[in-house]
Amino acid sequence: MSSRPTTESVLARSRQPRRRRPLIIRLLVNPLGAITIAFLLVVVVLAVFAPLIAPIPPNATQLSDVNALPFSPGHLLGADQSGRDVWSRLVWGTQPTIVGALIVLSVSVIVGVTGGLVAGFFRGTTEATGNFLSDVIMSLPGIVLLIALYTLTGPNIPVAMAVFGILVAPTYFRLVRAVVVGVRSELYVDAARVVGLSNVRIIGRHVLWAVRGPVIIQSAFIIAAGIGIQAGVDFLGLGDPRQPSWGSVMQDSFNNIYNNPVGVWWPALLISLTILSLVLLGNVLRDELQSIGVKPLSKAQQRKLAARAGKSFGRPAPQHSSAIAVRDLRIGYPQRDGEILEVVHGVDLEVKPGEIHGLVGESGSGKSQIAFSTLGILPREAVILEGSIWLDGQDLLADRKKGAKARGRKIGYVPQEPMSNLDPSFTIGAQLTYGLRAVQSISKKDARAKLLALLGRVGIRDPEQVFRMYPHEISGGMAQRVLICGAIASDPDIIVADEPTTALDVTVQAEVLELLRELSRERGLAMILVTHNLGVVADLCDVVSVMRNGLIVEEADVESLFAEPKEAYTRELLDSSRSVEIIEEAS
Amino acid sequence: MLAISIGKKLVRAVAVLLVVTFVTFCMMFGNADGIAKGVLGLDAQPSDVQKEVVKLGLDQPLLVQYGKWLLGVVTGNLGHSFFTGQSVNEALATRVPVTFSLVIVTLILTMLLSVVIGVTSAIYGGWIDRCVQFLTVLGAAVPAFIIGVALVFAFAVAIPLFPATGYVPLTQDPSGWSKSIALPVLALLIGSVAGAASQIRGAVLDVQGRDFVRTLRARGIRETPLLFRHVLRSASGPGLTALSLQTIALLGGAVFVEQIYALPGIGQLANTAAQQGDVPIVMGIVLVTIVFVLIVNLLGDVANAALNPKSRVR
Amino acid sequence: MSEPILRVTDLDVTFGSGRKNAKQVIDKVSFELRAGETLSLVGESGSGKTTIGRAILGLAPVTGGTIAFRGETISNIKRSERRKIAREIQVVFQDPYSSLNPSMTVEDILVEPLKSVGIRDGRKRVRDLLDAVGLPGDAGRRFPKEFSGGQRQRIAIARALALEPSVIICDEPTSALDVTTQARVLTLLRELQERTGVAYLFISHDLGVVTAISDRIAVLYRGRIVELGDAAQVSFHPRDDYTRRLQMSAPVADPVQQRARREERLRLLAAHTSAAG
Repeated sequence: MSSRPTTESVLARSRQPRRRRPLIIRLLVNPLGAITIAFLLVVVVLAVFAPLIAPIPPNATQLSDVNALPFSPGHLLGADQSGRDVWSRLVWGTQPTIVGALIVLSVSVIVGVTGGLVAGFFRGTTEATGNFLSDVIMSLPGIVLLIALYTLTGPNIPVAMAVFGILVAPTYFRLVRAVVVGVRSELYVDAARVVGLSNVRIIGRHVLWAVRGPVIIQSAFIIAAGIGIQAGVDFLGLGDPRQPSWGSVMQDSFNNIYNNPVGVWWPALLISLTILSLVLLGNVLRDELQSIGVKPLSKAQQRKLAARAGKSFGRPAPQHSSAIAVRDLRIGYPQRDGEILEVVHGVDLEVKPGEIHGLVGESGSGKSQIAFSTLGILPREAVILEGSIWLDGQDLLADRKKGAKARGRKIGYVPQEPMSNLDPSFTIGAQLTYGLRAVQSISKKDARAKLLALLGRVGIRDPEQVFRMYPHEISGGMAQRVLICGAIASDPDIIVADEPTTALDVTVQAEVLELLRELSRERGLAMILVTHNLGVVADLCDVVSVMRNGLIVEEADVESLFAEPKEAYTRELLDSSRSVEIIEEAS
Repeated sequence: MLAISIGKKLVRAVAVLLVVTFVTFCMMFGNADGIAKGVLGLDAQPSDVQKEVVKLGLDQPLLVQYGKWLLGVVTGNLGHSFFTGQSVNEALATRVPVTFSLVIVTLILTMLLSVVIGVTSAIYGGWIDRCVQFLTVLGAAVPAFIIGVALVFAFAVAIPLFPATGYVPLTQDPSGWSKSIALPVLALLIGSVAGAASQIRGAVLDVQGRDFVRTLRARGIRETPLLFRHVLRSASGPGLTALSLQTIALLGGAVFVEQIYALPGIGQLANTAAQQGDVPIVMGIVLVTIVFVLIVNLLGDVANAALNPKSRVR
Repeated sequence: MSEPILRVTDLDVTFGSGRKNAKQVIDKVSFELRAGETLSLVGESGSGKTTIGRAILGLAPVTGGTIAFRGETISNIKRSERRKIAREIQVVFQDPYSSLNPSMTVEDILVEPLKSVGIRDGRKRVRDLLDAVGLPGDAGRRFPKEFSGGQRQRIAIARALALEPSVIICDEPTSALDVTTQARVLTLLRELQERTGVAYLFISHDLGVVTAISDRIAVLYRGRIVELGDAAQVSFHPRDDYTRRLQMSAPVADPVQQRARREERLRLLAAHTSAAG
């Protein structure tokens, strides 16, 4: 229901630099960006200044120079089988290539972007028609249609490129439509409508801005496709025979391949390098315009960082018996500049058998990080810098294999969002049975019987029917009960519940809390309950640890903490919480 | 219900078929004089041109012509060549198997290779992933015909290993057949695998980041069964879409590859027929192409419905 | 007794058409909002509370009944007509991360509503607005992503105030905020109401939050109002069963009291089931 930020999302946002340099500067600073832009500029120069650069007119033949080798006098790249200079022909052929590519770009942008804007903004039948047309256009290979077009127009590259522009317009259509539909459902568009902005102003100010990035990136790829198809059409012989073009030079040299094998290299390289430059430039644009995640470190890099932190893993086990004990846990995430940002700064936590231990904090305090590290499901980028987690006499962090074995068997997980935590491709029964049999050697029949009984225990009215259903067919409350069932099915000693009721309605929440309490008492289950809600803590927990900015600031049994909080932060939390509660004033 | 969803898709496929063939038909058969001139020669007399137009039935309204053609399609008669008078069916009969053997072999190999490469790249990350990303950009960017020519250069001219031209039917000589399509298939395969592998990699990475995968891992399911049973299943939807798109690209690429390697397939026929202005043959090839594409898409949709129950609701 | 500033009569909102797809979200809802007061709509998911807010704002279609502002009907009027009353009814949304366009500076965001009604020199007002919500004056030059959730909500409140409306619809404005931030934002809303006399239609799923801020409370269940009355009465002496369940279900931050409430709640439930059975 509420979408609170997590530590990871806060970090991701903080990684964005405050002021961004203009796009063109960023492109040129990127080495790949600089190289590709330089190459493309050279191609443009060739096109514009062709008469000045090409030494020989394109169709001039010199019979004495037939099949001349590269670097022979007067022929930088050699001559073809008719004695024409290859270099000149390629240079002369550059301009029509660029013109053709620009025709493709303009037609596809006009048709595709406008169509996508209209379809995405107005939806309904407009969108359905647009989708259908887009599917129709995309279902035929472009070259087949261009060949068919040839029967009508003959060798007419501009028209063919315009038609090709229509053929690739669906890529823009789909892209723009998806962005527009996404933006339309953003609350800031609703806010603009409430303020009274007209549709035109909303599209102009809010929608177009979101669309420009993807369209620019796509344009690089579309120009590349245009050059490719034009060269292909010329190669097949469907182009204008009077003018040289990259594709026709390729065709000539290919027909001559046995007499002059090297000849195919020049047009091949020119075409390939131009297309590659455009594609790579598109990738660079994509990296710059759309935020990228930080790459996860390899295991070797992780070890190096941990060693740099100074401490080592593998300490002696704690003396007294506890369900789970966390010692000196430090977790960090790599930043763009290579440094590690610590989010958990050395946390000690101990949960006795059968105890329900609340881990309370606001968003970004790191409480979920601790929960994930006990389960071994931290995100890939996370680095555990130091610490040990003791379960049943084993340090889960020192030996990853033991940690993997404990998962599901000794320690269970109840996640926050019920719907997104079930596999949509399998029935509830299949998922639960498979999950149980993965960690316990039990026959399929026995597993099914056990799970059906357990589903009934967690409050599902018709377990047999739910067994057959898919996740998208059940409600959020039911899904959460299914997840709880899955967590306790293998009889673990401890459950880690990460905000298990936050996504539920308050009446359902009360029931689920009651269920968790009963299960804990019945089975002697210990629990780590991560939550931001102090009411939930007061209701369910025996012991409470309060977290702030990656550290535990106070730990006490629940009654002492609420009656006599020692830390100012705890008091602030309690006061804020109580200010919005229905506590009857003493009359 | 699964049957209803498939039925809907079938209706949509037929609608697409009709629209595409109608538009292409009007485009090609629209220029009656041009076609007649193409048959008779550019310097034909206007009166002869007019007679030819009537003879070929090009004077009738386009809708009527299309209707007749469509009727012919349903009854199995695709018309006759304007030049040779040969039945289009006959002309295609020998050539369709050539193109299809090329495309189907490439498609099967693409499916296998792109899944292996894409999934491995997504799972292992590190330098394998970076290599794959780099190579897929290269492979997908360079046009198929250039790769085709480069292969001729490398393996037929420089180091003669494979024949550069000619086709040996499978039924005649399997080993000869495989040699004759080795280079053409390779030319198509590189671009096709590059495109599909990169999309499959993206789909797998996306699924791996989802909540339910994390929860399953926390339940104690090992990485290997997690991957094969759960991750791949959820990634199959976008994966199948990627492969369907590659099929369309393959048919396009086949046209070039048949030209380069002198394979007597429908792509080569389309090219020569177009340059001659032999419109019925080109129309027949358009029909065959789009029917093939629609069948492949339908099969993909059926597979998707079987693997992803959520898609059946629509 | 003054004329209510907003009057909703027999409101019906049904989405989709045809027998199969039609979903009735609001069923004959009626209530009034008086000038300067805070009326809260409380309910769980599927109660329709957010839809009512959106219908009043013109973001959801009204399929039956009327919504009247200062006596004039505003439900289902043309967009051009709508713009005239846009100044009077504004909104603060739940999600502070998607209610502000990330590519606009704070100043642009605050000036946009002013520009839409033709006010030219809106920039001067921006400082006043930022001041009113407790944000520094230089915040105008920065982008939303540089602010925390609570600060962004303040920007959203400032935007709502820009046109000096008489009604602000608050759609779960604190649900996505931490508990300490939540308290501060609620205090801000109260202060603003005292200063400007604006009326709030406060939508929330949290009975505790609405008790703290409301004059009157309406409880919604499955598209219908099941209880409507003074805040103190509805929260402490609910008459309707569902309201009572809501009130009992929300846990309080006091273990001793919570234990008593829990036992009371279980007793009530047992009594109900045995009565039903």
